[in-house]
Amino acid sequence: MNHSTTAFVADDFKPARVTVHAEQLSRPSLSYWQDAWIRLKKNTRAIISLYIVILLGFFTLVGPFVWTTDPTLLDLGQISQPPGFSKIALLVEPYQSWDGIILDDFPAEPDEYIEVIPPPENFRVVDSPTTQRVRLAWNPVDGAAGYNIYRHDHKPTAFNDLGLPLGSTFGGNEVSYEDRLDIDSSTYFYSIVSTDGIDESELYTVIEIKPRQIITVQAALQRGLLTAVEANTALGKEIKLEFHPLGTDALGRDMLARLMYGARVSLFIGIVAPLLFVTFGVAYGGVAGYHGGRIDALLMRFADFVVALPFLLFMILFKIAFGIGPGESGIFPMLLALVMLAWPATARLVRGQVLQIREEGYIQAARLLGARDSYLILRHIIPNTIGVILVTLTFAVPSAIFTEAFLSFIGMGVAPPTPSWGSMCNEGVKTMLSHPHELIFPALFISVTVLAFNLLGDGLTEALDSRLRSRE
Amino acid sequence: MFKYTLKRLLAGVITVWFIATATFVAMHAVPGDPLLNDKAVTPEIRRNLEEKYGLDKPVFTQYLIYMGNMLQGDFGISFTQQNRRVNDIIRDHFPVSAMLGLLAIFFATAGGIVWGALTATYRNRAPDVVIMFLVILGISVPSFVFAALGQLLLVNINSWVGYSLIPVAGWGTIRHMLMPALVLGLGTMALLTRLMRSTMLDIVNADYIRTAKAKGLSPLRIFFRHQLRNAILPVVTILGPQIAAITTGGFVVELVFAIPGLGRYFVQAVQQLDYTVIMGTTVFYGAFLVLMVITVDIIYGYIDPRVQLE
Repeated sequence: MNHSTTAFVADDFKPARVTVHAEQLSRPSLSYWQDAWIRLKKNTRAIISLYIVILLGFFTLVGPFVWTTDPTLLDLGQISQPPGFSKIALLVEPYQSWDGIILDDFPAEPDEYIEVIPPPENFRVVDSPTTQRVRLAWNPVDGAAGYNIYRHDHKPTAFNDLGLPLGSTFGGNEVSYEDRLDIDSSTYFYSIVSTDGIDESELYTVIEIKPRQIITVQAALQRGLLTAVEANTALGKEIKLEFHPLGTDALGRDMLARLMYGARVSLFIGIVAPLLFVTFGVAYGGVAGYHGGRIDALLMRFADFVVALPFLLFMILFKIAFGIGPGESGIFPMLLALVMLAWPATARLVRGQVLQIREEGYIQAARLLGARDSYLILRHIIPNTIGVILVTLTFAVPSAIFTEAFLSFIGMGVAPPTPSWGSMCNEGVKTMLSHPHELIFPALFISVTVLAFNLLGDGLTEALDSRLRSRE
Repeated sequence: MFKYTLKRLLAGVITVWFIATATFVAMHAVPGDPLLNDKAVTPEIRRNLEEKYGLDKPVFTQYLIYMGNMLQGDFGISFTQQNRRVNDIIRDHFPVSAMLGLLAIFFATAGGIVWGALTATYRNRAPDVVIMFLVILGISVPSFVFAALGQLLLVNINSWVGYSLIPVAGWGTIRHMLMPALVLGLGTMALLTRLMRSTMLDIVNADYIRTAKAKGLSPLRIFFRHQLRNAILPVVTILGPQIAAITTGGFVVELVFAIPGLGRYFVQAVQQLDYTVIMGTTVFYGAFLVLMVITVDIIYGYIDPRVQLE
């Protein structure tokens, strides 16, 4: 006890000089969500996907205001048009019938039997060929009892490759033909063959014709391409037909407009259904997990039953059970069926989480401090499961979109004429070989959407995984 | 083990009962009437028909009769196909769907394991990048698009070869099955590849792999005996639900490739409101799926000795 020997001086009470920074703030502390957002932003794929999702939202919500073409309008003049620029059409009068050329005399009978009758000479187009009609004429051939006319989309390579048989004339003296069968403004190869009344000759002549796109003044008026005043002087002038940037479908409806409205259906089901069934699943799983014991066992047993239902079969079954009235689109029954069948997965997941969280120290502490059930659930349990819920939600969107597309594809989904990406694929697959764009565009939209949500889900899973929190 | 199987089977029976009841309730909530399809049904004929199909009885009695018949394995008579029993329809067309599904699962698992192992081995190098890109495609492109593209490919191959090497549609020989089964298995193959890759990557750093290396085992032996065997386990687990997805997913493929499977019949029956066929096929599929899941779980217990079946 020799303390008294060393007396304290005032200096001793000054703060010691800091030599080592034992505790230092290397970076501001971050909340769970701030940290997750920072890590999500580092994930390029997830961010690109996020932008794609936002763009899709714009596409379907703002798109129809920019591109105001009516998706239900049938443009029968432009059926199954490939994507491209607007076509120029010549304004003409309505179709006027043509008598054709019928000679008074039948062609002369040759003196001796001809094995192979030659094809007619001077096979030519009369008047200018248009998409309204193509008029053909030729010189008579000696010994011919008639002529057969064919049309092809490429140059014939042999006598058995002449293409579509258009028709035949009834006598050797009938030397003209008028084609009015579904003509496009593309290049055609017309062939003509002489017959002896029984057999066809193997010799043929071909001409190449590119009909001109026309539209009658009346039709242009009807479709609003002309005003009544313009119509008086319009004849013979050129006019721009409706512009279809992504082409048209088999009924001549604008693909871009249909894709926009179809996105509305697909994304509505794809986003609203998961929101509903995830909410229900969270409530269900939350109750089961929080109460535990007998209630938990009972609720989960029921969830197990619902999981065991064959999903697609019951989707179809419920959808027809709810029925579709005339003029309805069938979106609501599909939504209901999806919600009724898809909730158990979320319920199971949330229950597992809640069971875990329930045992955490902070819950017991809160309970000791007198927190009520509702406070515990809203303040502690739900915020701690929200990450898992968010990830589930993101992955539920693509599967809901897939389900809609799948059902619409087999004709069990959205009722026509309401467009959805799935039903557009269904229509497109029928004309896949001749007009692939009708299948490609809706399929592309489905794929890109599903891909974006999947990648976003992957990114969120990583960002929200607390084990991977940034430690730098 | 025996006790576990029995317990699972009992739960399975209850599940099937639940499926049957849900189907019955849903079917009777459907607006419309299967007898309305026939033209010119006089009240007398209608009464006779209702009697024949038991539609004149109260709903609950109908339910009891239906359940009773089902316990005896009788699903009744089709409404739209004269005097054809639902059992016959299932017997005729289910083998087709099952064959297709089996082949699809074979393609999916074989492909999934091979591609998954490849990606994990060549991690972040060209094969990995290419395969993972294809996997993403496989997950995001709907099966009907693949089906359509598959047909297109066949058309081109056949016209290039000059004769029908692989038929574009229809059913009969193994050649008919190849493309539909491949298309049907693609989605599952993509999922399995992803799963296989991640488990393989986990395993590469496991202690027992290091031990095996330290012992001086050949890389090939390590790969096959230690890595691959352990990585296949999770694949088996998700195979149960995937079998369900594949068998019901067969609808589209059956429609596109014109295959006379049960899925196509189901869609047709729904369109014609053929009560008995719809109920019969749904219950049959449900029972089949429940059985599959149980089987996979039991098999899992054998493959992985760590799993204790209680």
